[in-house]
Amino acid sequence: MEAATATTPVRPAPATGSGWRRTDRIFVGVCWATGILLCLIAGSLVLFMLVKGLQFLSVNLLTTHPVSDLDQSKTGGFLDPLIGTVILAVLGTLIALPLGVGAAVWLTEYGRPSWLARAVESGIEMVAGTPSIVLAIFGLLLFSQQFLSFLSFTAAGNAVFGRSFFAAGAMMSLIALPLIFGATRSALQAIPGHVREASYALGKTKAATIRRVLLPMSREGVATGTALGMGRIAGDTAIVVILLGATLRLQGVGDVPVVGTLRGTGSTLTSYVYNNSPAGEGNAPDKAYAAAFVLLMVVIALNFGIDLITSRRGRRA
Amino acid sequence: MSAGSTMPPPIRRIELDASPTVVPPSAPETKNGGHSSVGLAAPRRRPQRAAAGIERMRAEALSVAYGGKPAVTEVTLPVRKGEVLALIGPSGCGKTTLLRSLNRLTELTPTASSTGSILLDGEDIHAQEVTSLRRRVSMVFQQPNPFPMSVFDNVAYALREQASRRPARDQLRPQVEEALRRAGLWEEVGDDLSHPALRLSGGQQQRLCIARALAVRPEVLLLDEPCSALDPRSTQTIEDLILKLRDELAVVIVTHNLQQAYRIADFVGFMYLGELVEYGPADQVFGEPKAKRTKDYISGGFG
Repeated sequence: MEAATATTPVRPAPATGSGWRRTDRIFVGVCWATGILLCLIAGSLVLFMLVKGLQFLSVNLLTTHPVSDLDQSKTGGFLDPLIGTVILAVLGTLIALPLGVGAAVWLTEYGRPSWLARAVESGIEMVAGTPSIVLAIFGLLLFSQQFLSFLSFTAAGNAVFGRSFFAAGAMMSLIALPLIFGATRSALQAIPGHVREASYALGKTKAATIRRVLLPMSREGVATGTALGMGRIAGDTAIVVILLGATLRLQGVGDVPVVGTLRGTGSTLTSYVYNNSPAGEGNAPDKAYAAAFVLLMVVIALNFGIDLITSRRGRRA
Repeated sequence: MSAGSTMPPPIRRIELDASPTVVPPSAPETKNGGHSSVGLAAPRRRPQRAAAGIERMRAEALSVAYGGKPAVTEVTLPVRKGEVLALIGPSGCGKTTLLRSLNRLTELTPTASSTGSILLDGEDIHAQEVTSLRRRVSMVFQQPNPFPMSVFDNVAYALREQASRRPARDQLRPQVEEALRRAGLWEEVGDDLSHPALRLSGGQQQRLCIARALAVRPEVLLLDEPCSALDPRSTQTIEDLILKLRDELAVVIVTHNLQQAYRIADFVGFMYLGELVEYGPADQVFGEPKAKRTKDYISGGFG
């Protein structure tokens, strides 16, 4: 052994770039440039939001209800849109999570008949490719139907309003669904077949294997998909404007506390930013910046929270 | 060896067009200790077995095909309690398929079809409920594959009814401990059963898989190349373990490693191209193989 190491010639590490062909050098240069460019874009975005956002952000903004007023100093904060964002993200995820995970499990573990599997797959791909404003219009049509009137409020003359947290949450779930589905499916596909067989060989049924072995093993994938999906929900504007009513404050329907709010309308940070940007009717760019910054923080916090939950559960296992 | 070191080793080819010389399974005769002519000189670890045990399983004219392509043809083979049966043969000869049919794992392959019958204590296994059959005929795989849970939960998962969380941990503890003891893992993991199973070493993981398979109190234990992913030391531990388990249950092991088969098997089945070419006591198969192909394979002619 020692002799072998002694006789092994020590090769000097090749100096990077020396003796490379010109095309290689150009290629490496382009790679570096694109990488740095993307870093600069991301960095300037965060920096811009940080400077602008922190400049106008105050605790007051986070804790006061918004007020409609021409005088900028009296328009209040954005407590309601902040709550609206959280409600919508949670509601949409709660609907999308079982659907996405269920579809992914069915497709990878059963997947028969195969024509149905193909149909489900392309169906989900189509939902993923549908612009959210199309989903929003479709949702408005759907939730204005009489038989779904219990999900929003009914105006005088029996017209169903069709706009509520329920309606928006249901459509938002379609935005998160493909992401959760995709991440769960690839996590399940990454589990080697002999792990499933090991469970079957212990006399376990498929259902028991899925519940106790496969789903716990794909927990991380599910979490990633959920985090991405929540981020997309929190960031969507079209569905909020069309299906949530984009009313400045939360306006519940009926007397039941939680259900009333969910049946009612509201707004989210995205619609708030839109309305207060120079393009919207509110035209209060200061607050738009502050709200946009908070939105960014909410999304980051959501992702971080999910990471924390999954890693803690993972460590216990 | 030293004289011929410069010469390439002689290559003996097996005639592929020749019809296989299948030797009918011989009844376990009196053992003749002489295994002189062909093959392996490694010391045998197993003590000589006196008499054949009770027959637990029997494959009767079993044929398995994948999508019409035969993998196992007309195999008749007894599996007895109290002895280790090793299935040897070159890759793709159907050993693993035969092993997997014994607890109906082949059914998981959608294209697989089979004829013939497999009996467990005289009862056709296809007439039995598959989950209870697999608890009686349990299996350990080539890759150590503990589930991503704690050591305790891996064994407890096997003990509990389907996806249930009952019985509770405290009630299961004696059974878990016993399974780990039988697999020779208790000394190493006993003080921390909440240790994640995936952080054990490869050999420990494989013994955990054996513990898991033993926890369901099987009558037959199937081992599909259980040592092929392990280092020699872990291999030795597991071989010792197999020899210990032999007294309580029937053990069937598929192995590519002839030395291993020679060390631990009481009976050996040599398979080639889906057929059981020769079956007999290990001493006879390794010492005086009856079929030419067995002889060629054992002496390193091919495979």
